[in-house]
Amino acid sequence: MMQTLVGPCFVVSLVIFFVGMLVRAIWYVRGLDWRLERVAYAYHKERSIPGALVSIGKWLLPGGTAGWRAQPVAMLAFFLLHFGAVLLPLFLLGHTVVLEQTIGIALPSLPTALADVLCVASIAGLILLAVRRFTSPVLRQLNTWQDWFVLVLTFLPFFTGFMARLDVGAYDTWMLLHVFTGEAFLVLAPFTKLAHIVLFFMSRAQLGMDFAIKRGGDTRGGVFPW
Amino acid sequence: MSQILCSPTPVTTKEGIHALLADKGGEEYYRQMRALKVDQNALYLDLQQTCKSRTRTWLEICAHCGMCADSCFFYKTNNNDPKQIPSYKIQSTLGEMCKRKGRVDTEFMMHAMDVAWGQCTCCNRCGLYCPHGIDTGVMFSYLRGILFKHGFVPWELKIGSGMHRVYGAQMDVTEEDWVDTLEWMVDENADEWPGLEIPVEKEGCDVMYICNAREVKHYPEDLAAAAILFHVTGTSWTVPREGWETTSLTMFAGDWEGCAQNLKRIYAAVDRLKPKMVVGTECGHAHRATVVEGPYWAGRESGDAPVPFLHYVEWVAKVLREGKLKINPAKKLKMPCTLQDACNYVRNDGLGKYTREIMGYIAEDFREMDPHNEHNFCCGGGGGLNGIGLYRKERNVGLKNKLDQIRATGAQMVVTPCHNCWDAIRDMMEVYEEHNIKWTFLKPLLLKMMEIPENIEHVDQG
Repeated sequence: MMQTLVGPCFVVSLVIFFVGMLVRAIWYVRGLDWRLERVAYAYHKERSIPGALVSIGKWLLPGGTAGWRAQPVAMLAFFLLHFGAVLLPLFLLGHTVVLEQTIGIALPSLPTALADVLCVASIAGLILLAVRRFTSPVLRQLNTWQDWFVLVLTFLPFFTGFMARLDVGAYDTWMLLHVFTGEAFLVLAPFTKLAHIVLFFMSRAQLGMDFAIKRGGDTRGGVFPW
Repeated sequence: MSQILCSPTPVTTKEGIHALLADKGGEEYYRQMRALKVDQNALYLDLQQTCKSRTRTWLEICAHCGMCADSCFFYKTNNNDPKQIPSYKIQSTLGEMCKRKGRVDTEFMMHAMDVAWGQCTCCNRCGLYCPHGIDTGVMFSYLRGILFKHGFVPWELKIGSGMHRVYGAQMDVTEEDWVDTLEWMVDENADEWPGLEIPVEKEGCDVMYICNAREVKHYPEDLAAAAILFHVTGTSWTVPREGWETTSLTMFAGDWEGCAQNLKRIYAAVDRLKPKMVVGTECGHAHRATVVEGPYWAGRESGDAPVPFLHYVEWVAKVLREGKLKINPAKKLKMPCTLQDACNYVRNDGLGKYTREIMGYIAEDFREMDPHNEHNFCCGGGGGLNGIGLYRKERNVGLKNKLDQIRATGAQMVVTPCHNCWDAIRDMMEVYEEHNIKWTFLKPLLLKMMEIPENIEHVDQG
């Protein structure tokens, strides 16, 4: 069972994830329409590229934008989750070994202690996000089943992986569950709000270009001061 | 059977406008709207053709994180009502319309209209607070276009769109009225300013000036002030006979075809008169409609206007900087004053640095609002909301946010270079009975403060 999950199933889920995300990115770009959006994407490259990069870059920095600074608790929860969520799947020692064995890509791996910290931080971030989603009147108005679903879908690989790492018993079961939930995440990501893994960059780039090309880019000297 | 007032067809005749105006408060208009059937197939087709990847992605990836809530002045002033969260407002209207593939009824469309015009001014502030870069204001503007096309638009904006289509102006100002008003203003000021002229349709000037129809109809002294300032600064300028109206109630209404017609009239005047630049009056949405969005409606691939189009504040900053307009230091504003940043040319066109440059010349005690510049709050009456009787109550609640901001500065004067902001500030002072704060456009201030060059003949009227 473990052999199948780590071997063919893993490869299949990776393919679904990457092809799915690629299709979403291509669909996004192909669907852009300068007349409808009223953004001259093809012109003013001197402004559009920096506009896109700054719009992405500043939002990737904790406290990098007025928006983040206005909501420190939300910011804390997001960044706690996302540092681990981006770094651990790619660079955790166990993952790099599997990646090398199954598809032959060798990535550097994180020191174990750092990986542990990132994992705990991510779990803490997820719990904070869940508490926020449950208690805030704003979020209670907005919540849908899919919001909870993606939160649980993200939580499970972290939690199962961490239980296996702690090695408090039933290691094989936790590991099996970890691989299974991790693959479920990969397979479902392109079809849920988790597609923001790639669409975040698309959407931020678009709005950055919108402001840089059209909404004051010229007068501001290029980019919007997020 | 009574006349059809509410339908998806835009108003294109004087008779149509008169019929709508005769329906006081739009009572019959809204009664007809309640019986207006939604053409669901056409609606679905519109969504398929125009709701593309950007908007669909925005609707889909919204993480429901709620970070947009506090950015919205409607949310704040309605006691943090969750129904006023930008994300909720758009998801429950446009989002739902897309999800149901256009299978929505009249009641749904009327609710969407209430939200699109009564709960959002398209100020785009929430777009700055969304980690995913979702600009809900842009989506509401898009939704307005869809609603307009299907006949669900507030009565005043149906009229406004019709005015632009029939008169080429937001009010029934004909070409004759326009030219007569210009002549009247020259005559009116001839004693004080003997050399004053308003050159009409003159080719090859440095500046072609365009303005707001209500200045012509209700505040002609604003036109005179513009003329005096061009005169005093020695500017070679003109106004076009046709294509002088820069406002666009069509933009507020979501009437994109009407928007394009307005633009083409202005750009045709540029083609005829070949000015070096165009200067538009102290109006926010007019600048957005003519300079920011306008080039696209006119089909210009570069997204740029054919010649530089300056908002009035850009022109004032320029003539102050170049020394063509000099301020008498003794006449600078002494009282504490603040500045209203109009969303349409500050957040959405980066002109905040020019208004601040001007304040440096004219005010001794200038105080910023918090927040300000790009992060300013809407005055509370933008996006057409000031003019819609149906949502007057909702607007008045929202006005409180700006009033609190103004009061917190301790200012006694709000410099307000935008018609919509000016109206909203006037109304908030009345609604909330604040009698100690004044508000003003730039032109009257500059007229009082400027130094008159020796080569300009001026007869003090004592």
